[in-house]
Amino acid sequence: MTQETPQWRPKLKDIADQEELFTSGQRLCAGCPAGSMARMAMHALPRPKNTIVSQATGCLEVASTIYPYTAWRVPWMHSLFENAPANASGIEAAYKARKRQGLEDDIPDLLVFSGDGSGFDIGVQAASGAIERRHNFLYIIYDNQAYQNTGIQRSGATPKYAWTTTSEVGKAVPGKPTWKKPIALVYAAHDPEYCATASVYHWRDFMMKVRKGMEKQGPAVIVVLAPCHRNWRYPEELGMKMAKLAVETCFNPLWEYDGETRTYTMSAPSMQFVKDPSKKKPIEEWLEPQGRFRHLFRPTRRDDLIQDFQNLVDEDWEFIKRLTEM
Amino acid sequence: MKPMPAKQILMGINGDEAVAYAAKHALVDVCAAYPITPQTIIVEKFAEFVANGEVETEFVRVESEHSALSACLGASAAGARTFTASAANGIELMHEVIFLTSSIRQPVVMAVADRSPSGPINIHGDQTVSLAQRDTGWIMIYCENSQEAYDSTLQAFRIGEHPDVQLPVMTMLDGFVLTHTLENVYLLKDADAHKFVGRRQPMMITIDGKQVPLKLDPKTPITIGPLQLFDYYMESKLQHSEAMEKARPVVTQINNEWAQLTGRKYGDGYLQPFKVTDADAVILTTGSSAGTARFVTRQLRAQGKKVGLLKLRTFRPFPDKKIAKLLADVPVVGIFERTHTTGSLGGPLFNEVRSALYDLDTRPTILGYYGGLGGRDVTPDHFRTIYKELLKIKDTGKSPRNPIKYITVRK
Repeated sequence: MTQETPQWRPKLKDIADQEELFTSGQRLCAGCPAGSMARMAMHALPRPKNTIVSQATGCLEVASTIYPYTAWRVPWMHSLFENAPANASGIEAAYKARKRQGLEDDIPDLLVFSGDGSGFDIGVQAASGAIERRHNFLYIIYDNQAYQNTGIQRSGATPKYAWTTTSEVGKAVPGKPTWKKPIALVYAAHDPEYCATASVYHWRDFMMKVRKGMEKQGPAVIVVLAPCHRNWRYPEELGMKMAKLAVETCFNPLWEYDGETRTYTMSAPSMQFVKDPSKKKPIEEWLEPQGRFRHLFRPTRRDDLIQDFQNLVDEDWEFIKRLTEM
Repeated sequence: MKPMPAKQILMGINGDEAVAYAAKHALVDVCAAYPITPQTIIVEKFAEFVANGEVETEFVRVESEHSALSACLGASAAGARTFTASAANGIELMHEVIFLTSSIRQPVVMAVADRSPSGPINIHGDQTVSLAQRDTGWIMIYCENSQEAYDSTLQAFRIGEHPDVQLPVMTMLDGFVLTHTLENVYLLKDADAHKFVGRRQPMMITIDGKQVPLKLDPKTPITIGPLQLFDYYMESKLQHSEAMEKARPVVTQINNEWAQLTGRKYGDGYLQPFKVTDADAVILTTGSSAGTARFVTRQLRAQGKKVGLLKLRTFRPFPDKKIAKLLADVPVVGIFERTHTTGSLGGPLFNEVRSALYDLDTRPTILGYYGGLGGRDVTPDHFRTIYKELLKIKDTGKSPRNPIKYITVRK
């Protein structure tokens, strides 16, 4: 039996007093929620003065460490696109070996960031291996649903019908032909200590999950949906609204996996749609404001495609409900 | 009076095991590796040391070579002494990380059990893959036998971690010929080896007027691996190049220290000439082929033929001036390489050596020989044939129109 400790609940007042470990001055696009995501994650660290960050190539990396500047007040390392969890494995191994030999007095906590490029596609192998080896790290994948850093190319996280520069919308093809990869379930199936989905809009839920993931002794994964106005084509001030709608339409169900009990639980922000399904908004409300789905509405409305999208969302939602025994 | 070398232990082991012992003696903090023939014995032997508690190393059994070197890179950035080993396809898979490791200036040591690249798939030895890493900015040492593999691997930590250098080092041993062949190898006693390698010392850098270690340490947070665009990238490249230049005397210095400790010396650390001074024809080669070539050279010398061998040990930094000096008065030179390049005039060894000789007042006639590919046996006959051709050119003054040849290939 583990000792029950009262769960940490972040208060805005307390966060405001904390030192910023991911600082302003970085060069993410105006309104990019990836910055908010990183800032929230850093504010949720259980040991902020004893944490090392390993970062995969992506928007967050290129925008935060343009030499000779850095936005990070923690030890931070970027090596490549697909190897951030492997890189972190080495960092942990170094501290373990050197502590054993009396050369270090502590093993720092490890936080790994990547986008969906690495987290869903090119870096799955390295992440899978690192989880299987049970390294002690939290892997946060911020999912903005395409390779935005290279100029909006489709990824395994891009949903069906979305426009990207490699899933073009034309007379013959209406955007990406396939659905997105259920990557959080893929990582949860590795039986890590902890796994969760999150949204940048639900800041408290996200921060509590980060805290939980960091506190677990062993691997933990969080996939957090972070809209990108450059690809999604919404007015840049609406990033948080788009993240909120993704939860309200149940496109992005928020859940947790606990490695100890091997159970899935629906998180509070999504729970209301279980309790009262009438609150679940039609997917159209999320699709319509996004330019990447414009061809579903203009010049002619494509009810068939909108309905297909709705069915895919519903299938996923029903599956997650079953998984969380709702 | 010359100091007596340290007492050593004689063991019958293969090249892979010799490398594993070197890693053990080097007090490696982190070893991350993925198995691939013919490197497997290195990781298996090392796993044995770990299982028996003979090392304090954290052994990370990764899921690929890409992750092997990535883990080493992270570990090294966190201040650890790190080691990995791979071969052929493994080296190619980690190629991306190979470039990065040297540009982030982490002195990782990697043993390369040289094997031919796929395809056709082949598990046996040649040096095509390791020589294809020539532009990655690592120090590269080719070993002639298992003894040299042990010696060079231990030396590699001292060279790479030298404060003037801070570069990764790869040591090459030919697949099967060295990796899987039993030889007598002298190993240092643990204490002597430990005294020679010492502990890795972190580099100190100045940030806001304070001295901090160049490592991932929460007490002194720094950013490693930032984005460098056109405004700084070239300066980093220049610094990398300067470090490689500074490695030149260090390779020789460590080779000399090793000679004092063990009684074994590999020329000046770069080249081992054998009867080159008055030779009419010289073969330049590297790795295990040098042993076979030396045997033939000795035989032919006994028959009164003026032939010589120049063994190249350190390929990076490339000893161009030393080669030019040694070969300045040699009329004909043959370069034998176990590597294959298409669409260019000769392989990497041929190209680099020929370029090194360009500034001589009278240049030797230079021929390139491809052989021993895919593990095809490199026999004394190879070198008898080459010497015969070289001497004929010397006597007749006639050079072949195409200076590149294949040895023992069917048409």
